[in-house]
Amino acid sequence: MSRQVVSTSLSVGLATGLYGLSFGAIGSAAGLGVPAVMLLSLLMFSGASQFAFVGIIAAGGAPLTAISSAWLMGVRNSFYGLRLNTVIGPRGLWRLLAAQLTVDESNAVSAAQVSPRDQKLGFWLTGGAVFIFWNTATLMGALAGNLFGSVETWGLDGAAAAAFLGLLWPRLKNNLALAGVGALVALVAIPLTPAGVPVLLAAVVALLPVGGKK
Amino acid sequence: MISTVIFASLAVYSWKILGFLIPDRLIGRRGRLIAERMTVSLLAALVVLQGFSSQSVLVLDARAAALIVAGALLAMRVPYIFVVLAGAFVAAGVRFLGF
Repeated sequence: MSRQVVSTSLSVGLATGLYGLSFGAIGSAAGLGVPAVMLLSLLMFSGASQFAFVGIIAAGGAPLTAISSAWLMGVRNSFYGLRLNTVIGPRGLWRLLAAQLTVDESNAVSAAQVSPRDQKLGFWLTGGAVFIFWNTATLMGALAGNLFGSVETWGLDGAAAAAFLGLLWPRLKNNLALAGVGALVALVAIPLTPAGVPVLLAAVVALLPVGGKK
Repeated sequence: MISTVIFASLAVYSWKILGFLIPDRLIGRRGRLIAERMTVSLLAALVVLQGFSSQSVLVLDARAAALIVAGALLAMRVPYIFVVLAGAFVAAGVRFLGF
């Protein structure tokens, strides 16, 4: 059912693209400047890591804290890569490109397909579509953010909070206690520690036997 | 700032390429579990950070309303993109009304 793969890939690409608008606007409102915001979408190309990076810079955090938070947010991409390597088996330069296109969406669409051919197609199409729409939207958001001013007026800070909740939601079912402790640690740490540290402390929670299902 | 961005991007890319380079049998079930757990706790912390803080201070404002509406929509299985849009709409609306 290749036509179904194409439409799923494109709609996921478009949906994620719109979310890129808010990244562009939030990034430029954080004072990063359009070139830095665009470099994040082109080179880092990993939504949660990009938002973490920009959030910490906006809150006045140190560059090293921003780098390490973005880095930690990206751990799961390694595990997508492990799966995708066996599914699409890219060689040479294709492997470097496949790694760059490895994000939540491309892995999810690929994993949802049945035949190996569709799994391969789903990865490349979704990865490519997300990359194109995400970067186009980032540029538009960054430019519009500069034109129209405040992130708050347009509710983009509310959109970003909702976006994180939306990413977390499907994972809550099996990890409610862990998410609760992670949120609580952040809540306590925000007023007590420098910007960026609350997120790092939440990462440590994942290593402790909290809400464990072995 | 540009060099910080490039360095951070390389750091994130290192995870991506790592998955394509190491043999699956070296990771195992435990490694996969830790990755899933880390994603959950980081996202939970980011919801709190993005929803309830401003410059190292805890605040309760229009974003809390956005999160409540987003949670309700997610529970009703509304597609992701509409949840994000509703977050913007509610936060902007609540501010417009002067809260």
